[in-house]
Amino acid sequence: MVRESEFYWRRLHSLLGIIPIGLFVTQHLIINHFATKGAESFNTAAHFIENLPFIYFLEWFVIYIPLMFHAFYGVYLAFTSKNNVQRYGTFRNWMFMLQRVTGVFLVIFIAWHIYETRIQKLFGAEVNYDMMAEIFQSPFMIVFYALGILAATFHLANGVWSFLVTWGLAQSPRSQKIVTYVTLGIFIILSVIGMRALFAFA
Amino acid sequence: MSEHQTAVQEQAAPAKTVLFEIQRQDTPESAPYMESFEVPYKANMNVISALMEIRRNPVNKNGEKTTPINWDMNCLEEVCGACSMVINGRPRQSCTALVDQLTQPIKLEPMRTFPVVRDLVVDREGMFDSLKKIKAWIPIDGTYDLGEGPRMPERKRQWAYELSKCMTCGVCLEACPNVNDQTNFMGPFAISQVRLFNTHPTGAQNKDERLSALMTDGGLGECGNSQNCVVACPKGIPLTTSIAAMNRATTVQMFKNFFGSDHMVD
Ligand code: HEM
Ligand code: SF4
Ligand code: FES
Repeated sequence: MVRESEFYWRRLHSLLGIIPIGLFVTQHLIINHFATKGAESFNTAAHFIENLPFIYFLEWFVIYIPLMFHAFYGVYLAFTSKNNVQRYGTFRNWMFMLQRVTGVFLVIFIAWHIYETRIQKLFGAEVNYDMMAEIFQSPFMIVFYALGILAATFHLANGVWSFLVTWGLAQSPRSQKIVTYVTLGIFIILSVIGMRALFAFA
Repeated sequence: MSEHQTAVQEQAAPAKTVLFEIQRQDTPESAPYMESFEVPYKANMNVISALMEIRRNPVNKNGEKTTPINWDMNCLEEVCGACSMVINGRPRQSCTALVDQLTQPIKLEPMRTFPVVRDLVVDREGMFDSLKKIKAWIPIDGTYDLGEGPRMPERKRQWAYELSKCMTCGVCLEACPNVNDQTNFMGPFAISQVRLFNTHPTGAQNKDERLSALMTDGGLGECGNSQNCVVACPKGIPLTTSIAAMNRATTVQMFKNFFGSDHMVD
């Protein structure tokens, strides 16, 4: 059953990686970036998101359900590939492997990140600037979050490339190469935004 | 004779033999083991001529008599694909693997992506099943004479000829991280064959059937874009362009299937 419709699951996985997850992650990084303008600024931006109408609906249908599908199916994909960068050390083969490595790392990172913020909120903690500043008292957490953000920006940027090929938009070798450069740019820009926010808290 | 002597002189003085390390396996189920051979050097020899030499005199490096090595071959000019094996870590054809261009010891292994029959012989039957699944042929049989098909533009024919060079050798499957015992992926070659037969004016009559075959188990959905295939293919077939082209074609087909129409082709 699942095997027969694998094509459609794979396309769904690809689509969800961009819409909504990729868009959400981009939005999330931009909101975090308000921390560079101080605690006040960040809290206002975060509250704006928190007070969106239908926030529970949005959380489940824009984040949790798509993310869980993408993550579980992604883990399945990651563990059914037999990486062979020793045999073919080409750029694309490395990207292929890193897409899987960062994906698996993201499962761990996102699980911890949600536990530390959203789940603590259920227990009455307040998610705000101070909470993040406190988390980053620990140097280990700074490194862990830095790796998490870089993994996410890489995975998203390279995912945009993969998405464009998977849906047949980038077809010629030339277009695929140009898209590679564009996604490299996306990776750098999102990483800078993410890192600036991180070090604003830390 | 004189040619022989010249070649020997060109070699560094003591290296008159070529060292081979060959992975052997007696039956499909038994465990593989390595055996080394020292083969007398001859000018311009290739891996197959070395294997023939071992067959003539099946004595391993330790001087023990052993069984000749089993391998497949046919055309000896890189058009049939039968002689593919993993040479120094890379899958390729042994008939065009020149000893002078390989570092020694030359390591030969079967392409383990496929079931090993014996020694270097593998069973590529699965690839032919895939070709059946995707209808990799042009249907010209009818209850009456169908006459001549439409003419193909010459430039298109020349381009399609490149895709038709596929010899079902299996190298692109061996190179692909997603062709393994945990997946059913048919492999890059099958996707490119759909593009070839869908390009043909008569073949295009079954376009939707071939695309549908790519949209089920083992089809396009299993490609993860590592793009090793296009690097590995000995025939220089633009496999990744074919894959992206079929990705686009199936995207369109998917919408056609879903929103429906009163006919399937075009
Ligand atoms: C949470 C754990 C995650 C795992 C295990 C995971 C795993 C994967 C894997 C294995 C692929 C490669 C699919 C393939 O090429 O065959 C992939 C693709 C992708 N992922 Fe993720 N991912 C995760 C999270 C994310 C996140 C947070 C985002 C958004 C930033 C994202 C966006 C994408 C995109 C856009 C693709 C490309 C889809 C395509 O190939 O067409 N993923 N993911
Ligand atoms: S596409 Fe190339 S590598 Fe793959 S089977 Fe055909 S000839 Fe061999
Ligand atoms: S024997 Fe035909 S390809 Fe080598």
